[in-house]
Amino acid sequence: MTMLQGFRIALHALRLNPLRSFLTMLGIVIGVASIVTVFAIGAGAQLRLQEQIRSIGANVLMITPGAVYQGGVRLKEGTKLTMTESDVQAILEQIPEIQAAAGSIAGTAQVIHESKNWNTTINGTTTGHFMVRDWQLASGRYFSGAEEAGAGKVVILGSTVAHELFAPGDDPIGAQIRIMKVPLEVVGVLDRKGPSQDDVAFVPLTTAKLRFLGSASGINRDSVAYIIAKVAADGQMAGARSEIESLLRQRHRIPGGQEDDFKVQDPAAAMEAQQGAIRTVALLLVAIASVSLLVGGISIMNVMIVSVTERTREIGIRRALGGRMRDIRLQFLCEALVLCLLGGAIGVVGGVTLSMTVARMAGWITSIDGEAIALALAFSIVTGLIFGFYPAHKASKLSPIEALKTE
Amino acid sequence: MTAPLPLISLRSVCRTYRTDGVAVAAVRNVSFDIGQGEILAVMGPSGSGKSTLMNMIGLLDLPSEGAIYLEGANVAALSEDRRSVLRARSIGFVFQSYNLLARHNAIENVALPLVYCGVGRKERMERAERSLEAVGMLHRAHHFPRQLSGGEQQRVAIARALIASPLIVLADEPTGALDSRTGAEILALFAALNQTGQTIVMITHDPSIATQCRRTIRLHDGELVSDETQVPLLPKRSMAS
Repeated sequence: MTMLQGFRIALHALRLNPLRSFLTMLGIVIGVASIVTVFAIGAGAQLRLQEQIRSIGANVLMITPGAVYQGGVRLKEGTKLTMTESDVQAILEQIPEIQAAAGSIAGTAQVIHESKNWNTTINGTTTGHFMVRDWQLASGRYFSGAEEAGAGKVVILGSTVAHELFAPGDDPIGAQIRIMKVPLEVVGVLDRKGPSQDDVAFVPLTTAKLRFLGSASGINRDSVAYIIAKVAADGQMAGARSEIESLLRQRHRIPGGQEDDFKVQDPAAAMEAQQGAIRTVALLLVAIASVSLLVGGISIMNVMIVSVTERTREIGIRRALGGRMRDIRLQFLCEALVLCLLGGAIGVVGGVTLSMTVARMAGWITSIDGEAIALALAFSIVTGLIFGFYPAHKASKLSPIEALKTE
Repeated sequence: MTAPLPLISLRSVCRTYRTDGVAVAAVRNVSFDIGQGEILAVMGPSGSGKSTLMNMIGLLDLPSEGAIYLEGANVAALSEDRRSVLRARSIGFVFQSYNLLARHNAIENVALPLVYCGVGRKERMERAERSLEAVGMLHRAHHFPRQLSGGEQQRVAIARALIASPLIVLADEPTGALDSRTGAEILALFAALNQTGQTIVMITHDPSIATQCRRTIRLHDGELVSDETQVPLLPKRSMAS
């Protein structure tokens, strides 16, 4: 008997009892579906993070306000904006490894163009910001020196905002939009950098302070919410970092032994660490999903053992008509394999559907790769072989004479 | 009575079962030959060892002592797999309870032994059709066993026994589950098959069946008590050699 004949006999046997066959393979279906889904969600989360790492730009340091003391009370980080535009200047001028740097303040506001409006992040910054992040224009230009110095009423849109406010054929350059009743001219539209990055509108730092965000608590005319700085080469990150720290301590007159009122971070490195954590969680979830595959395998073994008992007479007949022990074993092994493979295939379809539903409903990014599907199917084949072998072996060992006597 | 080359020879065959430490001899010291083209009835009351004897002739079981030769070869020397292959190619079983696979139709049941002979699907179906035609059941080829009467099922079973052109057909109480008229038809079918040279061994406890066979072997308590060749009631046929 060939493998093909074994599969044909198995399919015939399984078709006769479709509900039972389906219930038998349900454990495998659920196991494979969960493995595929978990893989898809985990891979999606990693993709999203990678995109964020890419969007920050290479070799970027981020300086944010730290905790400050006010009369012995430690305030929450960021309560007070401790960095200033002159800090940015100092960093640029005094630290040779720094190629570009920019201070930013940010808030959210409604942006309006004719009948369309959109809520987005308003980032007040300088052209240096785009240099640090290697962010190119899709069209138009960056801010001019005069606009930066004189609080020019100009705006550069992220691609999402441009897409939301302007019809596809419409050229945003030169158009007037309004933010908090202030009319602004669109001078540039940025390249795409990733869905989480493109929903933003940039205005000159001076414009933001004077016209939008200046009245917010703790913002004086010189302060910025955070600074980003680009280091020339990868190997200079640590050096540049400690130089910035000592420069700012000196400029902020922080006595020795007292905590910094700022924090220098390497966001890409932090995200890489986060990526490792996501991988660990995903692996853990896959391990849990594998347990349901194991349970599915056990239920297949259980049903196969019952099936062998029920079909003892059939086994006797097949042996009398010339079936060798290995033919009987192959027949039942094929049945278990078909159950697992079919269950695995249904599970893959279910898992893909589920992860696509999750992507749509929860707005998560999911990524289905062939490797995960192959792995899940390979798992189900191995399960079929392991749990199908014992019942098949048991069937092959039956004495044909005894088997023919059973009713 | 011994033909030049007996198809099957039994020499001092014993079969002892051991249950709970007690040895029970089902067949004791039985010797006889079955020649090519013979039709032979094995008679005896229940428990006389008929079925045990048939299992051994059918290569399902091996003697505890003594030897069985199939075409001169000692079957005990063959591997389990080899005996399975020989069952597929050389032995045709017909059972009292037909033993058709309930979930397969008539033609699939008939073709089943060929699966184990390594015959391709197309050829299997062609040969199964011919075999069904030979027993007059071609019109029921796609019926399932439960849709067939007892006599029809037994005809399908005979078609299955014949499909691989076996050396010998072993029938265990082939009419035991049938009414007398249908039983007579089945016996007539066996007689007709024997006319074409098919060797047949039939196990029965019905003397009227035995009288239709040329030769009758009687067993009692596992021992051979008589081996008679009689003038058959069936029209005499000319033997091959």
